[in-house]
Amino acid sequence: MSKLVYLQEVVTLSLDRQRCMGCTMCVIVCPQAVFSMVDGRAKIASRDHCMECGACAKNCPVEAISVKAGVGCAEAVLNRMLGRKSGSCCCLLEDEEGSLPGPEVGGRGGCC
Amino acid sequence: MVGALDTVIGVVPVVSAFLSATDRWQSLKVRLGFGRMNYQLDPGLYAVGAPDAKAQALVTANYKLSFDSLRPHLAGRDLWLLVLDTNGVNVWCAAGKGAFGTDELVTRLRSSGLEQLLAHRQLILPQLAGPGIAAHLLPKLTGFSVRYGPILAVDLPVYLDAHCQATAAMRLKKFPFSERALLSPLELLLALKGSLPFFILLVLLFGFAPGNGYQQNVIAHALAGLFPYGAGVLAGTVLTPLLLPYLPGRAFAVKGAVAGLVVAVGLLFFSLPQHWLQNSGGLLLIVVLSSYWGMKFTGASTYTSLSGVKKEMRYAVPLQIAGGLVGLGCWLAACFF
Repeated sequence: MSKLVYLQEVVTLSLDRQRCMGCTMCVIVCPQAVFSMVDGRAKIASRDHCMECGACAKNCPVEAISVKAGVGCAEAVLNRMLGRKSGSCCCLLEDEEGSLPGPEVGGRGGCC
Repeated sequence: MVGALDTVIGVVPVVSAFLSATDRWQSLKVRLGFGRMNYQLDPGLYAVGAPDAKAQALVTANYKLSFDSLRPHLAGRDLWLLVLDTNGVNVWCAAGKGAFGTDELVTRLRSSGLEQLLAHRQLILPQLAGPGIAAHLLPKLTGFSVRYGPILAVDLPVYLDAHCQATAAMRLKKFPFSERALLSPLELLLALKGSLPFFILLVLLFGFAPGNGYQQNVIAHALAGLFPYGAGVLAGTVLTPLLLPYLPGRAFAVKGAVAGLVVAVGLLFFSLPQHWLQNSGGLLLIVVLSSYWGMKFTGASTYTSLSGVKKEMRYAVPLQIAGGLVGLGCWLAACFF
């Protein structure tokens, strides 16, 4: 599956290694094996595999990881550009402030 | 539902670890897009087998398709299943939207009565719940600790037997041919549903082009247009997903365009009936349509980032619009020769 890598050098993921306390949660939750442990601290090993799902940042107890989480879905981006409130998909983007759309407007679907 | 378990908190429904013919038929329908948005089960507590206070507790979403993909791998075990209210959305999407979130987990843990049934204080969550759950907050909020299980339910038996240890392979989301093939029919149906009205509208407009009478024109353009339209949709929603790792380029719009190009070049080996200008326009439209729907497959894919999708759309969408206009322009111009 090494062939399936998305665009290079685009993701918003960053890790403050100084803050890391080595709990390994990011290694556990990341579905793309982006992190590895080096000298007892997490390290971003394969940055371009990151899909910005946000699981690592959400599960980091010391907030050493930051990422602008979102769903990599063209339909969602189109819906947002066209100002649509719902699509054929579960696809709606968060507001820029990061607030989630309520279940009545987004959230329903199963495409992804 | 195959029975009921009497417990100190009342009756807990027992579910089978085997899927019935009805379950399978409904899954097939949902995969093809019928009733997909409302395929839910009631949130709350369920039992598999005859769990006791020491039995493990698994957490999942109230999307019936998620629930049914979990059940068959629990055969012969005694487990508690805590189903969260995700509005009928699968675990990963619901976690991304926050519906499969820390708040819902805390609330459901209390309201279901599971707390009172367990002697231990550990919950097993699917790994893909990660984007919604802050595992480190759970002990403070509930006294429970969270363990992330494997990504796929099929790995659960090995995980459970290994005292909740997942291998690195279980933690990696793959996107194999079988999964892409499963998603493709829905892509195709949604694409047709969204685009058929435009196709019909265009054909009706082309009826006004010079040539024969309106009716004959409409029929001629409908038949001729069906080729590039059908080929473009199929290349984008079937060929692109199936050949995804083998198509060159990283951007899905590029992969889609290549798939469309392959189909267009393939069609050149057949004698195309129309004027050369119309044929060129048609072939260009195949590439454009395939690129567009290929790009849309980012939503179903399991490894695309929002930053990446935005980046590819910045150059792909204007090119697709320009290509579409040129293609239609050629088609229209050919009517005047």
